[in-house]
Amino acid sequence: MDLENTFKTGRWCKAIEVKDFVTLNITPYTGDHKFLEGPTARTSKLWDLCKEALKEERQNNGLRDVDVNIVSGMTAFEAGFIDKENEVIVGLQTDKLLKRAMKPYGGYNVVKKALSEHGLKPNPVVHESFSKYTKTHNDGVFDAYTDEIRKFRSLGFLTGLPDNYARGRIIGDYRRVALYGINRLIEGKKEDLQKITGPMSDATIRLREEVSEQIRALSDMIEMGTIYGLDLSRPAQNAREAVQWTYMAYLAAVKEQDGAAMSLGSVSSFLDIFIEKDIQDGKITETDAQEYIDQFVMKLRMVRHLRMEAYDQIFAGDPTWVTESIGGLLIDGRSKVTKTSFRFLNTLYNLGPSPEPNITILWSKNLPKGFKDYCAKVSIETSSIQYENDDLMRTSSNCDDYGIACCVSMQELGKHIQFFGARTNLAKTLLLAINSGRCENTGTQMVDGIPFIEEEYLDYDKVIDNFKIAMKEVARVYNEAMNIIHFMHDKYYYEKAQMALIDTNPKINIAYGIAGLSIVADSLSAIKHAKVKPIRDENGLTVDFQIEGDFPKYGNDDDRVDHIARDVVEHFNMELEKLPVYKNAMPTMSVLTITSNVVYGKKTGATPDGRAKGVAFAPGANPMHGRDTHGVIASLNSVAKIDYKDSKDGISNTLSVVPKSLGATPEMRIENLVRTLDGYFGCNAQHLNVNVLDRDTLLHAMEHPEDHPQLTIRVSGYAVNFVRLTREQQQEVLTRSFHETM
Amino acid sequence: MSPTENKLIVHSIESFGTHDGPGIRLVVFLQGCNLQCKYCQNADTIALKGGTPTDIESLVKRAGNMKTYFGDDGGVTVSGGEPMLQSKALIPFFEALKEEGIHTNIDTNGLIRTPEAQHLISALSDLVMFDVKATTEEGFKSITGAKGLDRLLENIQLREQNQKPYWLRYVLVPGYTDSDESLTWLIETFSENSYLEKFEILPYHKLGTYKWESLGMDYQFKDVKENTPEQIDRAFEMLKPHFKDIIVK
Ligand code: SF4
Repeated sequence: MDLENTFKTGRWCKAIEVKDFVTLNITPYTGDHKFLEGPTARTSKLWDLCKEALKEERQNNGLRDVDVNIVSGMTAFEAGFIDKENEVIVGLQTDKLLKRAMKPYGGYNVVKKALSEHGLKPNPVVHESFSKYTKTHNDGVFDAYTDEIRKFRSLGFLTGLPDNYARGRIIGDYRRVALYGINRLIEGKKEDLQKITGPMSDATIRLREEVSEQIRALSDMIEMGTIYGLDLSRPAQNAREAVQWTYMAYLAAVKEQDGAAMSLGSVSSFLDIFIEKDIQDGKITETDAQEYIDQFVMKLRMVRHLRMEAYDQIFAGDPTWVTESIGGLLIDGRSKVTKTSFRFLNTLYNLGPSPEPNITILWSKNLPKGFKDYCAKVSIETSSIQYENDDLMRTSSNCDDYGIACCVSMQELGKHIQFFGARTNLAKTLLLAINSGRCENTGTQMVDGIPFIEEEYLDYDKVIDNFKIAMKEVARVYNEAMNIIHFMHDKYYYEKAQMALIDTNPKINIAYGIAGLSIVADSLSAIKHAKVKPIRDENGLTVDFQIEGDFPKYGNDDDRVDHIARDVVEHFNMELEKLPVYKNAMPTMSVLTITSNVVYGKKTGATPDGRAKGVAFAPGANPMHGRDTHGVIASLNSVAKIDYKDSKDGISNTLSVVPKSLGATPEMRIENLVRTLDGYFGCNAQHLNVNVLDRDTLLHAMEHPEDHPQLTIRVSGYAVNFVRLTREQQQEVLTRSFHETM
Repeated sequence: MSPTENKLIVHSIESFGTHDGPGIRLVVFLQGCNLQCKYCQNADTIALKGGTPTDIESLVKRAGNMKTYFGDDGGVTVSGGEPMLQSKALIPFFEALKEEGIHTNIDTNGLIRTPEAQHLISALSDLVMFDVKATTEEGFKSITGAKGLDRLLENIQLREQNQKPYWLRYVLVPGYTDSDESLTWLIETFSENSYLEKFEILPYHKLGTYKWESLGMDYQFKDVKENTPEQIDRAFEMLKPHFKDIIVK
């Protein structure tokens, strides 16, 4: 099949422009889900094998198998299969299902540690190479880190920085391999390389080296295809190949890299064009189409990286963030919902609920009703999907072809990347303001120039003045760390396979983040509206706070405190925006914690909102557990007041409701969830996780994990198998507000 | 305007009301009730003391912030307690909501007949949900502690005559309100009413018992059992043919 004679032609024929292809050839679907088919016998057989393997993995302390001899790469392993004769979509990261691989370029020590936690060691050759001859990202970063950065890191002001693991978050445009074939992509990159000429500045030299790496990666990708008997050098010729080629491109990325989050992008409606064509031509049936998608998704569910236990604290439940964004509108107003959008969601029935791929619905008030209702139904029945505001993101960036990097971050496909930056602890930053710039736990001087607060009761204006100094200094140190990290990551662990599928010289944003927003907002509200007396130890460090009187709490749609939260976000973002960034990336910020809200809490002393030392923060931008006493909408409305323009990397919110609180009948529950999403996003909110669960189900799963292997729950921006969380994290999930008023 | 006229005494607020009228609703639970139903699930709202005096303005703002969620049929419900005890302040509240284009609803036991309550029933409120506690005066007294069925019927009639939509809610209490005679009376009394939009059967349950205990009050319906599914089905099947929209909640 010659694609140019098969599909509507346009700019995509002349240049690498997948978006143009999609816009010209998409068939939006406005119906309901009744056309969907169940799994084929082949799919069910494969999934049974996967479930068996997953069980072994759980029983074996989260590691079914690992290769200690081979350093992972696109062509490092022989072909691997689940059960070859039943696979219509092939390809595994290694030669065996759920066998993990070493990717030591992020940090060799992490690989060693991860192996030793299972009583294993890398093969001596690998060991010698990485301890003597090969420098890693992690080594580079620590060569450059200042004492000050180390101090902020070790005391918990900056946590989870990608300085000993791969940064992830870069989304290759995996569709390119299917649409163009790799030969055409190599040609394009060669042309680009020729145009990058002198004068030879640092940036130009670096770019020439990077593009050369990309070209080599593309050749490797062809070879990787050959291992599976696939000719990726040419474009896909039919629907099955389109799915297979796209998956191969993604597989190349996850063989090369073990970034924290490695999103898939937005492939469903692209694939739909090929599927629709084959169905129209009578070559395949609906059952075939669903089989391709089921098996593709099954493969995505089996992606694994080798992680050490400590990693689990910030990213609990072994997530991979294969985030696939579905839905949204085109700029011309047409919907991007296709039958394959439904087919992706249908995998949650055909294969059962699952945290991966991280299915993200790009919500617009103008999405077709049949699709909105189906999403709500899937949410209610599986708690496996999340929502982001397409109307907000599409219009504010004038872009309709984007994916979500990791949890919440918008990224234009093939044109834009981001530098992941974990987050800073804003609650501890507030405590600096009250402790004359010293760490509340150790007394270490972190920030100079903050006067000691003598008064018995905290004065709002003084605390705010001090807090501003603290924010400015924390932003400075944070920025310095980020510049070092990304410089070194490019140098030692460059994402050549993904970058080969992205335009040369893409837009870049740097993704800073904050944790503890609700604590800060409530603390400042307490100081402003009640009387707060710090209790200090002999060194003058706060150990507790006495609050006299009541105060408005974030999460109740009360401007007196919600505007404090909004203003803090605006201010900190403004401080970050002032600072120069590596590769001239554009500064952005998120309010997102992943599951690190538990660790952050542990590292933070008592706060003026009455939170005791060590207590977990609320996740993301959520109000603090139990303080949102006016029901769901009031809680959502508080979060919606944070202005997206100040937090362009995303504002994460997680809603947990018991089924009955959504309405009396299944139909009413669907209708009310759709209205809730329309309402929340109508207030320009950005992101929402939806869990519809009974607390009792979770309690039961804690005691009888074997009965709930697929129980999925959304946490800050991703989903996890509940039974794979630690007990402590499970308990934290349970203490969250489960809205159950009827 | 006196201070009480622009303040409501609020027990609590639920911004995600999905069980008190159509759509998603802001439910304002008002403090104080004129009855003391033996199965009251909000026993803490009965006392005439307590509650938080709340500006009408702030409640209107709260409702306004919810407009994007309301869709075509959501809005505000005042419940309680008995909201009509504060009918004076409800009038400016509902007028302001009306100005904002927000749908209004009152969840009432229907006994109060002050001029303000009558104005709300006959004209101002977009919807009224009347609780039908029992089908005879004696039954009414055995559940609520007082007679009042006649006043309820007068108020329902007032709504009907003014051609305004309303719902009826009926708690099915085994041994108290689920006899054939009771159900037949409901059919005879209401099935011909033109503005009755919806009939809700509420199974009796004991979820609110803990509130009685924590208030140090005696829960007199301790021995009354919750409905069996068969009892609910039987009542539903009997009533169903006579009401155009009837559901079990
Ligand atoms: S009328 Fe309603 S609020 Fe008042 S006592 Fe009866 S059940 Fe409770």
